[in-house]
This record gives sequence, C-alpha cells and structure tokens, in this order.
Amino acid sequence: MNDPGRLRIAEHFIQVAYARALGLRLVALTATGCEMAVPYADHLIGDPDTGVIHGGVVTALLDNVSGLAAFPQGSDQRVAVATLDMRIDYLAAAQPGREIHARADCYRRTQDVAFVRACAFHESAEEPIAVCNATFMVGTPNVPLARPAP
Amino acid sequence: MKLLEELRDAGQGRDLGELLRRIPYARFLGLQVEMQGDEVITVLPFAEHLVGNPNLPALHGGMIGAMLEMTSVLQLLYDASCARLPKTIDVSFDFLRFARCTTTYGRAIVTRRGRRVANVRSELWQENRGTPIALSHGHFLLSPLAGAAGHIEA
Repeated sequence: MNDPGRLRIAEHFIQVAYARALGLRLVALTATGCEMAVPYADHLIGDPDTGVIHGGVVTALLDNVSGLAAFPQGSDQRVAVATLDMRIDYLAAAQPGREIHARADCYRRTQDVAFVRACAFHESAEEPIAVCNATFMVGTPNVPLARPAP
Repeated sequence: MKLLEELRDAGQGRDLGELLRRIPYARFLGLQVEMQGDEVITVLPFAEHLVGNPNLPALHGGMIGAMLEMTSVLQLLYDASCARLPKTIDVSFDFLRFARCTTTYGRAIVTRRGRRVANVRSELWQENRGTPIALSHGHFLLSPLAGAAGHIEA
C-alpha cells in the first residue's frame, strides 16, 4: 500500500535500540494495521526449563504493532501516539524455536483516541498465543499531543 | 533439573538475584533486585539497548510492560515456593508517563493469592516513588509445590 509516511514510522519503530535488540521486523503494513515478527533467540528465553520466550517479549511485540496501528493513514513524523493502556490475555505458551508474529488493527478512531486490537501467533492468527486490546492518545499537527509533565 | 528446584536444593530458594542471573531474558534486560524487608524491589539500570524512543528520549514501552510482569512474578516467588515459574494469564497495563533514560524501580502488591491463581498489582517509578510511570494489574497461574506449606495459604 502506498503510505510512505507510515512506512517511515514503521521503519523507525524497528530501528530503535530495543526493537533491534529483539530482532523485530516489519512483515506487512495495511490501511488500518500492520504485522511484525520477532525471531526466536536464546537471549529472549524467560523459562530456561522449557526454552519458552519470556512473556515480556510478546508484550513488546504487541505494544509495537498496536502502536504502529494507532497512527492514522497519511501520518508523518509530526504525528505522535502515546499508549494509554493495554490489556493482554496470554492464551497459550509460545513454542520454543519458532518465530512469533503479531498483527494489529485499529478498529475505531476518534479525533484524539485510537482503539486497537492485536493478536500474537506462530502460523495463523486463528491460533493465537495472546490477544490484546489497547488505546492510544493520538496527537496530530493540528491537535498536538501534550508533552507529558516532568 | 528444574530451575526453581535446583535453587532450593542449593539453599537459594529465595535468592531472586541468583534466579534472575539464570533467566536469559532478565540478564538481557539487566534486571536486578533489592529486598526491603519482605518487599521485592526490582531495579533496572539504564542501558542503551532499552531505548524505545530516541527522540524524547524514552525507554521502550514494551520493555516497561515486561518489567511490570517480572516484578509481579518475583514477588510471588518470594512469598511462597512454586514448582514452576508463575504463568501470566492476563495483564493490564496503564502507561502514565514516558520512561526516562534513567534507573527504573518496581514493586508489586499481591492483592490475593489463592492456591492456583494470584491477583497482583505492580508499579514502576523513576526519580520519585510518589509519581509512578506505569501500573499493571494481572492474574498469574501458580503451581504450588507438592506437600510444601506456602507462607500464605488461601
């Protein structure tokens, strides 16, 4: 899809230090959402008995896809979003050795708030590892997002 | 050999620092613990690889979520012996302020601990304990140790 502004934001998301440390990559960008993935890696293991990736990695992945989905179409670098809240249900343990994908969709947008649904999975979104609901404040050049007070 | 069992056998059942050293993801974050009586305080010194927004600059929100979850789990492990690491069933995060590039602290309150499920609230702060940067509220599945009396029974 042709939305160079949002593509640049997506590229920025996966280039920040923590995303690079996780090995985050962009899989797809759609009109109202996106898909990203994190490869399995030893340093991300949360349970050395089973080799299962730490839940915090799934959290970070869901936070990233949801955050990106919160950017409206045609966004540029002047648009900012801030996570208000996020709820995650962990439906199944991630399987060791397999890449984890996550897909997010912004299903409702008001002037200030974006409502996003996301899920994490291995092969198919029909068999989710975790599902997530998140809300974001969205600041645009006309309605700037207030900088958080110090 | 299971991790928690190994630590108990070595007399380190409540040595959360040693536990963290054996969890790769905790080592990757650089997470540490300090005890204040029976309260677990998690401490995450700033490191470059934790940055999520280089413009503000701020720590990564997903990493903040991970620290909240770990803070909850560590307090559960300190309060009573578990056969396996508690599993997160669900967790809800509130992000109150952006996380500055400095040391972050966390603590958890176990609101209710049943035999199988615990309800835990956690919070993170930076310079000032009175102004938390993020909160969480989650449910965790416990695996009680067979035959062992926990410190708290419900």
